[in-house]
Amino acid sequence: MNCTENNLQLHAYVDGELDVMRSLEVEQHAKDCAACAVKLASLKSLHTALAEGELAYRAPASLRNRVRQMAPAANNPAGPRLAHLQWLWKLLAMGATAVALLLLFLRPAGIFQNNQNDGLISEIVGCHVRSLMPGHLTDVLSSDQHTVKPWFDGKLDFAPEVKDFTQQGYPLVGGRLDYLDGRTVAALVYRHNKHFINVFIWPATKGNNSEEQVTSYNGYTVISRELNGFHYYLVSDMDESGLDQLAGLIWEQK
Amino acid sequence: MDPQAQFEQIVMPHLDAAYNLARWLTGNHHDAEDIVQEACVRALRFAGGFRGGNSRSWVLAIVRNMTYTWLKKNRPEAIVSMDNEDLAEIADPRAPATDQIDAGFLRAALGELPVEFREAIVLRDIEGLSYKEIAEVANVPIGTVMSRLARARRQLQNYSGQKGGA
Repeated sequence: MNCTENNLQLHAYVDGELDVMRSLEVEQHAKDCAACAVKLASLKSLHTALAEGELAYRAPASLRNRVRQMAPAANNPAGPRLAHLQWLWKLLAMGATAVALLLLFLRPAGIFQNNQNDGLISEIVGCHVRSLMPGHLTDVLSSDQHTVKPWFDGKLDFAPEVKDFTQQGYPLVGGRLDYLDGRTVAALVYRHNKHFINVFIWPATKGNNSEEQVTSYNGYTVISRELNGFHYYLVSDMDESGLDQLAGLIWEQK
Repeated sequence: MDPQAQFEQIVMPHLDAAYNLARWLTGNHHDAEDIVQEACVRALRFAGGFRGGNSRSWVLAIVRNMTYTWLKKNRPEAIVSMDNEDLAEIADPRAPATDQIDAGFLRAALGELPVEFREAIVLRDIEGLSYKEIAEVANVPIGTVMSRLARARRQLQNYSGQKGGA
């Protein structure tokens, strides 16, 4: 990374718009380049001054009241037409519900079961893809398992096992809270070469151990297992064998 | 959902941000209030056109468009696009950053920025919008948002370097 291309990156870094990889690059560059380190410090203090300088004007109460009062009035001209439209929508919605119910009852139970599992897998892949968007990957950015594990304390009603596998080629990048299957879950982020891996963990019924399951969905690989009272779901764009290595490390931990 | 409830949910949460943007772009509270009120009427009328997604960007885009219409009519000299000028034309900050930047100077400096730069700073640094949201509000590519922010910040740093005494 050179300093000219770095200029906009410095801004993007201060604005929290870079993904983990690029953030690390900027931090590394600022360590080696005194000029950029000064620029970075200067940008940070400008941002803080703007954000905390009480420069925001807040809507006066009189405006708020006026706006609120005019809300029903301004809507009247469209009123009658809107009412018709609403009727139409209600009819359509009722029709759609009827069709959906019919489909539901006609469907063999086996297929439906399968679909539920598909739903979770697609939810998991969705979480993974979203996590890779800038600024979403980690809430706690650390390769130190002793930093990541305590970070989860008090945020979850369970304590996930957190291990770093740098030695084996899978460094821990950080952790995050996510929402899956109707509950808050722990997400651990590992990296292998250029690939990121999300490991989602949440409690399962005690003593319910299962074999490892591999699913592929939209080009992503998902490996899942119930082990020692926890659900584990690993997801990545890596191929099965690469992801399976990390899975093996996780099954053997403790 | 009835329109009143929809309005409460989609528009009212962003009233402060809407007013802040209009206030910074017009430079006075009277016109800012008028613009926000009219923008709300419009938002209400077109609430059916809001297809989910980010209600803040949607509301702020309406406010921004109306403010620009107002500026064209009342402050035509303010609407000068700065996008074609090179970043290099703005000198690097002369003085290194001090830890404390005086808020009064910052307020004055922000008020003197070209309007497109000012809106970028208000939306990002004061309102906390992401690059993507700012691009939606200002209807420009994200790259333009980034270069406007970089140039705006450089001007602010110069201003506080000169007049802030640092």
